[in-house]
Amino acid sequence: MSNEAVIHSPVEIGAHEEHGEHHHHHETFITKYVFSQDHKMIAKQFLITGMFWAVLGGLMSVLFRLQLGYPDASFPWLETILGKWAKGGHITPEAYYALVTTHGTVLVFFVLTAGLSGTFANFLIPLQVGARDMASPFMNMLSYWFFFAASVVMLSSIFVQTGPFSGGWTAYPPLSALGDASPGSQTGMDLWIVSMALFVVSSLLGGLNYIATILNMRTKGMSMTRLPLTIWALFFTAVLGVLSFPVLFSGFILLIFDRNFGTSFYLSDIFVNGVGALPNEGGSAILYQHLFWFLGHPEVYIILLPAMGMVSEILSVNSRKPIFGYMAMIGSLFAIAVLAFLVWAHHMFVTGLNPLLGSVFVLLTLLIAVPSAIKVFNWLTTLWRGNIRFTPGMMFAIGFVSLFISGGLTGIWLGNSALDIHLHDTYFVIAHFHIVMGVASMFGMFAGIYHWFPKMYGRYLNNTVGYIHFWVTIAGAYMIFWPMHYEGLAGMPRRYYDYSIWESFKQFAELNRFISTVAMIVFAAQLLFLFNFFYSIFKGRKMTSLNPWQSNTLEWTTPLRPGHGNWPGEIPEVHRWAYDYGKDGVDFIPQTTPVGADESHH
Amino acid sequence: MTTVQNTPDRRIHPQKFTLWVAIGSLIMMFAALTSAYIVKKNQSSWLEFPLPRIFWYSTGVIIISSITIHLALKAFKAREMGRYRQLITVTMLLGLLFLGMQYAGFMDLEARNIALTGPKSNSAASFLLVITGLHMAHVLGGIIALLVIFVRASTSRVKNYSSLPIELISTYWHFVDILWIYLFIFYNWIG
Repeated sequence: MSNEAVIHSPVEIGAHEEHGEHHHHHETFITKYVFSQDHKMIAKQFLITGMFWAVLGGLMSVLFRLQLGYPDASFPWLETILGKWAKGGHITPEAYYALVTTHGTVLVFFVLTAGLSGTFANFLIPLQVGARDMASPFMNMLSYWFFFAASVVMLSSIFVQTGPFSGGWTAYPPLSALGDASPGSQTGMDLWIVSMALFVVSSLLGGLNYIATILNMRTKGMSMTRLPLTIWALFFTAVLGVLSFPVLFSGFILLIFDRNFGTSFYLSDIFVNGVGALPNEGGSAILYQHLFWFLGHPEVYIILLPAMGMVSEILSVNSRKPIFGYMAMIGSLFAIAVLAFLVWAHHMFVTGLNPLLGSVFVLLTLLIAVPSAIKVFNWLTTLWRGNIRFTPGMMFAIGFVSLFISGGLTGIWLGNSALDIHLHDTYFVIAHFHIVMGVASMFGMFAGIYHWFPKMYGRYLNNTVGYIHFWVTIAGAYMIFWPMHYEGLAGMPRRYYDYSIWESFKQFAELNRFISTVAMIVFAAQLLFLFNFFYSIFKGRKMTSLNPWQSNTLEWTTPLRPGHGNWPGEIPEVHRWAYDYGKDGVDFIPQTTPVGADESHH
Repeated sequence: MTTVQNTPDRRIHPQKFTLWVAIGSLIMMFAALTSAYIVKKNQSSWLEFPLPRIFWYSTGVIIISSITIHLALKAFKAREMGRYRQLITVTMLLGLLFLGMQYAGFMDLEARNIALTGPKSNSAASFLLVITGLHMAHVLGGIIALLVIFVRASTSRVKNYSSLPIELISTYWHFVDILWIYLFIFYNWIG
């Protein structure tokens, strides 16, 4: 009943009870497609905005990979599109740093946070828990529009005269706190911080809603232990976001005061070339790092957990087997969520951190291997002897597991403070987090898109194009990031503009060119996916069954194109968990099927 | 009364629940700032200074405002709409008075040559400004929310029997009150 109270304002309630099942919203174009309060439309808005940013952020990586792979070549067409940022066809150092910074910010926050959990939390939570909409559809709409505003501000920072912020996606002071420190630290940084503040608001509004919806608006019979693992993962994601983004916000507020009001939270004893000594005293840049990484580390799980949840669901559905170790999966998600808050200083081993404190963080960091290994074990045992259907969604889900293992193993290296002295800020780190967090989560996102596209648009994505997309992307991802491990072990630092002038790193010129070439090919393959996506929305193969994957979860009990409210009649009641596949010789038993008298107990 | 009929399962209203989670989120923000304060205090060049005296009085004002909003909620539930409007007006005024007194506290510090911002400022004073200022912004948010329901109660021709908005605001208001008491104790005796 609380569902009804949310969609309709309280005034209507008295009159509403007689015709509870048939309500016709009179929707205009604006309320349906623009300022929509329907969670399904908001999910699509997040998805398509995320795709826009993924293309832009990906293109940025192609541009700076051009510089890294071909430092001596000149590309006149670069000057055509970038103007003064690529004088004579060479990307300037300022532009290089701006590209790297914006690529990082955009991919981490706009694509893999908003694009991933924004899309799938919005789309799946009400559909899979059996709710008409989110706890507050209005706040949900605001969440998207704050994200949209953040996007507009971030986009505009690319076009200002002094360029976008260029001090790295972590925005450490003093580069982020002093306008005189670099061209990008001027207007570009102002816009960066405004954009990020809007983004934090968007994340909080979204996260509050996700938590409230999961805990309060489940349909009858949907106990917490009957929830699909997608919902558990999205729940922990939201909890992480709600508890860690405010801390980042605090850090930003202090940063704004340092930038604009001359305070000294982060600044001390600084001499800027051309400006002279600054009066700021007593500040500590390390303080910012603590505040930043207190969000920053949970943030990587904010990115990863939704992918884990979707992969668990997709693997189980397409193996035609129940997920192995359902409770262990929830327990490990919980363990990861708790540990996420206790490991932030492993990003700061080389800041002069007390070695004793460092060893505590090493221990806690390595502990994450335990829940991670539980999850990997359970995914593999779910696949084991399954009746596997290699749909494109399933391919990406298996790809996720592969990448998570490869990237997770190097995490054990980096979590050691002793090894980190050598590996910190090298390409080894780049390789590690791109595989385990970046590409793996992208794979989770692709898996989710291929799997739920029929529910989103009533049509299928093209499978052949999907398989090409998968193979090029997984082969490419390994070819790009695997060699970087060797570069990092050889000590090659990240963020340098040109390695060809360094005696130690000259040897990698060919390898860098190889990586850059593959990066371009992989980027092109993503365009193929985009074409598939937009073409299939209008022209894709039509769905012939309401439940194309023979899945148990509630979203497949809705009509082909569910309206606002999701189910035309009563919300279905749930009688069992989401993973009754192959039980008692029956291929699948939807959650809405009552438990029969002759059924074996689960 | 009518809302009770709509929640027979006695579960907490989702929006009330959302507010509680949001409060958890705000607690994290202030926890971050006050722990940054402690970290900073233990480093070099920290300026010790007594708090403005007026903060004691503003603490009293915000506590009284919590009482008035509680009475306003009771009046609403008893359908005493005149009294309800009076009480939320008083609460709003107390809120504004609180903001004015905090501002006066800042002026007091500046008058004692303790710079809050600018090159001569010490982090001790800047922290006081940032944390207190952020709290003031949240009080202002509460005042705006009260203003909205005040306008609704005075102009709307449709009778609204749902006590949800005023319940949400009063919970929030009590939180902001307790938050200030925490900050006040923190500045004086903990930090």
